[in-house]
Amino acid sequence: MKLYDSAELALRNLRESFLRNSLTTVGISVGVASLVAMLSLGIGLQQMAARRLQKSGLFDTVVVTSRRDFRGFNREQERNGPSPDESPALDDIALQKMQRIPNVAEAYPDIRLITELRYEGKQHLTMVAGLPFSAKNNDAFDGMQGSFFSSEMAQEVILQKPFAEELLGRTPKTGEDDVKVAELGPPLLGKELTMRYAERTPSVEGASSPKTSDVSAGAAYSVVSREQKLKIVGISDLDPDSMRGQARARVFLPLKLAQSLHLMQTSNLRETSDAVSGVPTYSNVSVRVSSPKYVQQAEDAIKKMGFNTFSIIDATRNLRQFFAVLDLFLGIFGSLALAVASIGIVNTLVMAILERRREIGIMKALGASDSDVKGLFFAEAGAMGILGGILGVALGWIIGHAINFGTNIYLKRQQFPPENIWSVPWWLVAGAIAFSIIVSLLSGLYPASRAARLDPVQALRYE
Amino acid sequence: MNSFHPSNSTVAIQTENVCRHYKMGETLIRAVDSISLEVRAGEFVALLGTSGSGKSSLLNLIAGLDRPTSGTVVVQGQNLATLSREELAKYRLRAVGMVFQSFNLIPSMTLLENVELPMRFAEVDRDKRGALAEEALRRVGLIARLRHRPTELSGGEQQRASLARALINQPQVLLADEPTGNLDSHTGTEIMNFIREFNEAMGMTVVMVTHERALAEHYARRMICLADGKLVGDATNSAATFQETRGTTL
Repeated sequence: MKLYDSAELALRNLRESFLRNSLTTVGISVGVASLVAMLSLGIGLQQMAARRLQKSGLFDTVVVTSRRDFRGFNREQERNGPSPDESPALDDIALQKMQRIPNVAEAYPDIRLITELRYEGKQHLTMVAGLPFSAKNNDAFDGMQGSFFSSEMAQEVILQKPFAEELLGRTPKTGEDDVKVAELGPPLLGKELTMRYAERTPSVEGASSPKTSDVSAGAAYSVVSREQKLKIVGISDLDPDSMRGQARARVFLPLKLAQSLHLMQTSNLRETSDAVSGVPTYSNVSVRVSSPKYVQQAEDAIKKMGFNTFSIIDATRNLRQFFAVLDLFLGIFGSLALAVASIGIVNTLVMAILERRREIGIMKALGASDSDVKGLFFAEAGAMGILGGILGVALGWIIGHAINFGTNIYLKRQQFPPENIWSVPWWLVAGAIAFSIIVSLLSGLYPASRAARLDPVQALRYE
Repeated sequence: MNSFHPSNSTVAIQTENVCRHYKMGETLIRAVDSISLEVRAGEFVALLGTSGSGKSSLLNLIAGLDRPTSGTVVVQGQNLATLSREELAKYRLRAVGMVFQSFNLIPSMTLLENVELPMRFAEVDRDKRGALAEEALRRVGLIARLRHRPTELSGGEQQRASLARALINQPQVLLADEPTGNLDSHTGTEIMNFIREFNEAMGMTVVMVTHERALAEHYARRMICLADGKLVGDATNSAATFQETRGTTL
């Protein structure tokens, strides 16, 4: 029998026992819906985590250090790379080379120093770091009090919440409730800080100014003590610098401004002792690629240049693994309902065989082959699978929407920004319908072969 | 008058020591017990016997619905005992048409769909199917009932539809199992006249199971009598009324 004839007869038979077949189909659709809802939630959470992490800037950044300064982040790099003496200096020339690597969005030096900040006559010693303007889209600044730097050279700073608390003398003691970042904004935003710093200026041999104090006779530069007034424009709760561990900055100023100030950093002290050259070098450089997928490629290119590299791309692998396991578990739980529904299909079709025993006998007497009968029952199971799958995807979509909607209401009440925790990609729609059809056909396997095996003489005698 | 002479034709059905034995608990039922017979192409044969004589069991063996325990059944040159399940299905589809006492139309289908059904199995094109089924129903006088379901029809109409369905794939052998058993005598005659017409006009071999001797004598050219699964009589029926007597009530 041709496929469309099987399909036509199957649909006719399904219509004949409309209520029973509809209930079975609803059972399948509930199973598919639970599968879709579970997996769409898992996928949504994965996408949300990926979005968050990508916005954090951690996954598209390679931290580069010179082998002169560090032993490297792993032994393999240490073994395979050039020796510290042969390693090139991490200077502006190296920076420009890194910028020319394909898919590198930007390469910028890490400028950070411990310095003194004065606020309302009080002195505070803290870590200050330059922040590239591209960090404007960083997730850490979502929900920040105030705003990001107005320009790349703006004389402005963004404070980390703990430093803002320190400036106001509101650092919570152990056991005390956390101060909300919103409370720190009004008293600090728009106020001025004064940063005292050491400026590194190229020295002219033999010359000396009254403000200059030569640190070393062999150095190709001088150090001058300076002050810079900076306006507080933002207070951030989340930490964009979390990757740095102990070297985390608590105050950020625009990177371009920091570069123009020629801040004296710790690495410069080593240079003076080594008396290398007058060209400034950096302790480390951050290389940001256009997409996390180019991290490995950029890392390889930078390693070839003789530098040490570090990225946390491996962490994304672990993340993917975690979500794969989560999706698997959610899928298994979602499939349980479908498994129950598949028993419904078996039941419906076995009942249909009992009811249509004589009909099967007639068909066989008229020349229907075993495969015709089997095909007919398969088509019925498949039709229920297709219908159940389509209905189930629609139902799952509605459930997912409802969960997302409810979650966002809750997040809003908790004063969190809205989040899309749910996603139904096209492959999930196609996969769920295909899975529903496969499960239905598998469920139809036993009834179909049982129907095909019926003895026509016995079946014709059946009343 | 038809000029068809079965005596000059080839063998359509041949059974050789065919047996069909069933086991019911410890008892062996010999439904068909070593029957050998030959039916020539174009013959109208009646299988006569009382209930349980084995006539329907023999018909089922000839129809390929059942397999013999031993012996051979050869129909149109095919030894049914050697055919696979799929080949037997093809044989039932192409070589034989069946009519049953209880009509066996599928109640959820209209008459047209019932008649179309064997053509679906034969994979006849959709476009041709409708026209062929309509023509077959027209021949049995049911053109006005195409869209009716079997339950909306009389017994005679149902059996006519069943006849149309049995012949739709143009088989050479028509097997009828008590075709008038559920009908009144007038309607039964009507059906028998159709069967005789197919036999005489189309040269179709007819094997009809009946327990009514009068019916067999009236229509069949040959009567084979069975008792307890054995062949107990095989006679040519010279008294059978032919084309000229069509319409005679039983």
